[in-house]
Amino acid sequence: MNFVALRMLTADRAKYLGLIFAIAFSTFLLQNQTSIFAGIMARTGSQIADVVDADVWVMDPATKYFEETKALKDTDLLRVRGVPGVDYAVRLFKGQPVARTPAGNFSAAIVLGIDDATLVGAPRKMLLGTWERLREPNSIVIDQAGYLLLFPGEPLQLDRTVEMNDHLVRIVGITDASAPFASFPIIHARYTEAVNFLGRERSQMAYVLARPVAGVTPEELTRRIQDATGLKARTTSEFRWDCVQYYLEHTGIPVNFGITIGIALVIGLVVSGQTFYLFTIENLKQFGALKAIGVTNHRLVGMILLQALTAGFVGYALGTGLAATFFEVFSLKIATRGIVLLWQSAVGVAVLMFLVVIAASLLSIRKVLVLEPATVFRG
Amino acid sequence: MTAVPELAVRCAGVEKHFGDGDARVQVLRGVDFTVKPGQLSFLVGPSGCGKTTLISVIAGLLDTTAGSVELFGQNTERLSAENRVLFRRRNLGFVFQQYNLLPSLTAAENAAVPLLAAGLKRRDALDRSRALLVRLGLEKRMDAYPSKLSGGQQQRVALARALVHEPRLIVCDEPTAALDHATGEAVMELLASSAVQPDRAVIVVTHDNRVFHFADTIAHMDDGRITHTSDRPPNSSFSAAHS
Repeated sequence: MNFVALRMLTADRAKYLGLIFAIAFSTFLLQNQTSIFAGIMARTGSQIADVVDADVWVMDPATKYFEETKALKDTDLLRVRGVPGVDYAVRLFKGQPVARTPAGNFSAAIVLGIDDATLVGAPRKMLLGTWERLREPNSIVIDQAGYLLLFPGEPLQLDRTVEMNDHLVRIVGITDASAPFASFPIIHARYTEAVNFLGRERSQMAYVLARPVAGVTPEELTRRIQDATGLKARTTSEFRWDCVQYYLEHTGIPVNFGITIGIALVIGLVVSGQTFYLFTIENLKQFGALKAIGVTNHRLVGMILLQALTAGFVGYALGTGLAATFFEVFSLKIATRGIVLLWQSAVGVAVLMFLVVIAASLLSIRKVLVLEPATVFRG
Repeated sequence: MTAVPELAVRCAGVEKHFGDGDARVQVLRGVDFTVKPGQLSFLVGPSGCGKTTLISVIAGLLDTTAGSVELFGQNTERLSAENRVLFRRRNLGFVFQQYNLLPSLTAAENAAVPLLAAGLKRRDALDRSRALLVRLGLEKRMDAYPSKLSGGQQQRVALARALVHEPRLIVCDEPTAALDHATGEAVMELLASSAVQPDRAVIVVTHDNRVFHFADTIAHMDDGRITHTSDRPPNSSFSAAHS
C-alpha cells in the first residue's frame, strides 16, 4: 500500500508542491538563521580562537568579554609566571586606535600587541609576508578584510603605510585572521610598538597569555592562577563562551534572530500542518473507501505517516540544498566569511521538521481513525 | 471442498438508531433479512427507509443496536474490531454509487487495491486485476486514470475492485444511479454474470426499477423494516436466462 500512499500524496501537484515549499522554506529559514546567529556569536570570540600558542587567558577579575578590558599591572605578568604549572606566560595588548591611509581612508582598528620576543598570540595563517618581519621597526600585520577596507579595490600588497596616533607604520604581512564581531581591521604588532598606537596610559597590558606545562590541564592552570593571583583566568574555550554569553545577555541579537526563527517555525508548523491536514480532509472519501475495503487503521496510519515523512524529507532536502547554496555563495564574500551552514543546525532542523510533520500528521491521523467507513455509502 | 453454508446473510431482529434523547433516530426497526448463496438480492424502498444503513450493518461498517448479523454462519459482531476488518477484507466486495476510485491510481491499480491491502505483491496484484479487467471489457483502458474514464467504465473498474479478491458477498449501493439506462443495464449484466456464483451472494441497493429484472429476490423496505420479499420478479430476463 506504500505506493498507493505516495500516489495519493503527489496526485495533486499544486498541493504537493505547496506542502514541499512550506517545509523547504521553513527549513531554509531555520538553518539560515541559526547558522548565521551561531556564526555571529562565534565572531565575538574569534580573536581568542586565533591565538593558538596559549591555552589560558588571564585578565582583570572585572573583565566580562574580549572587547572590554581593564589594564593589568606589569607585575601581574610576573605573578602569573610564578604560578606552578605555567610553562610560559606572555603579555598581550589590545587597543582600538584609528588607522588612516595616505589616501585619506580611515577606520577604527583592533590592534593586538603580541610578545616582542616570542610573537605568541599571532594567528598563523599568512596570505602575504612573514611573521618574522614584525621584528622590523614600525611594522604591522593586517588582516585581508581590514586591508580591503582601508585600500578598497586594490590588490594585496606589502610595504604600504598606515598612520596610527602619528606613527607611520608599514604593512609587512597580510593574514587570514578570523572575522571579528564588528568589521574592523585586525592589526597585529609587537607589544612595545602597539602600545604607542594609542594615547599612552600608565598601564596597558590587557591580557596575559599562558600555557601550562605538560601534565597540567588548562582548566587546572586557570584554577591555580586565580588562587595564586586573584586575577581572572579562563581557558580559550571558556573565554570564547564568556564573550558569547555577554552578547546574548547585553544585545538584541538573540531577540532579533529568535523572532525570525520563531516565524520560520510557525510557518513550518502552521502552513505545512494546515496543508497536510486539508490534503487528508480532501482525501477522506478515499480513506473511507480503503477502510471499507478492509485496510486496517494500523495500515492507514502507516500510509499517512509515510506521506508526511516523504513530504518532510523532500522539503527538508530542498531547504537544506538552498541553505547550503546560500552559504556557499556568501562564504566567498569577505564580509560574510566564516559563516557556514553548521551540521548542528542541519541536524537540529531535521529533528525539528520531523516533529513538525509528525505533529501535522497527528490531526490527520485522528480524523482518519474516527472516520466511519460507512460514510462511503453516502453519495 | 468447503461446504456452502445454507445462508450467506442472516439478519435477525436488527435494530439501529443514531443519537440519543431527543436527537435519537431509529433507522432499523427489527429487520429480518436473509440471502442465500448464489442469489442476487435487491433491496429496494424509498429514500430514508434504511437500505443503506442495513447494508452498512451487514458489511460490518456499522454496529447494530440490537439483533444479530451472520455472514456465512459467522456472527460478525462477535469478532474483534481488527478481526472484523480482516473478515471484511477477505469476504466482502463493495460497489459504490460514486465509484470511489482513487483518482491517483490507474484502472488496473484501483482494481488491485483489495489484493494490495491483503499484502499481495504489487506485480501479482496487478496481474490479477488486469486479467479481470480484460474479462470486464476494459483491456484498452487499464492504464487510464479515473478522470479519463466514462461513468460506465469507472463502475466496471469498481466492479473489478469488488471481485478481484473473490469475496463471498458483494454489496452494491445504487450501482446504476449515476449511469444512463444502457450503461446501467450493461453494468448490471456484468455484475450478474461475473459476481453471482453458487458460493457467492450479491446484495444490490437500488431505486432503479429498470434493472429489477436482474434480481433473484427483491426485499422491499419501508420505515426501517422489510415489508415483503418477492422472489424472481415477473419478466426477470436474468433469472430466465439462468433458469
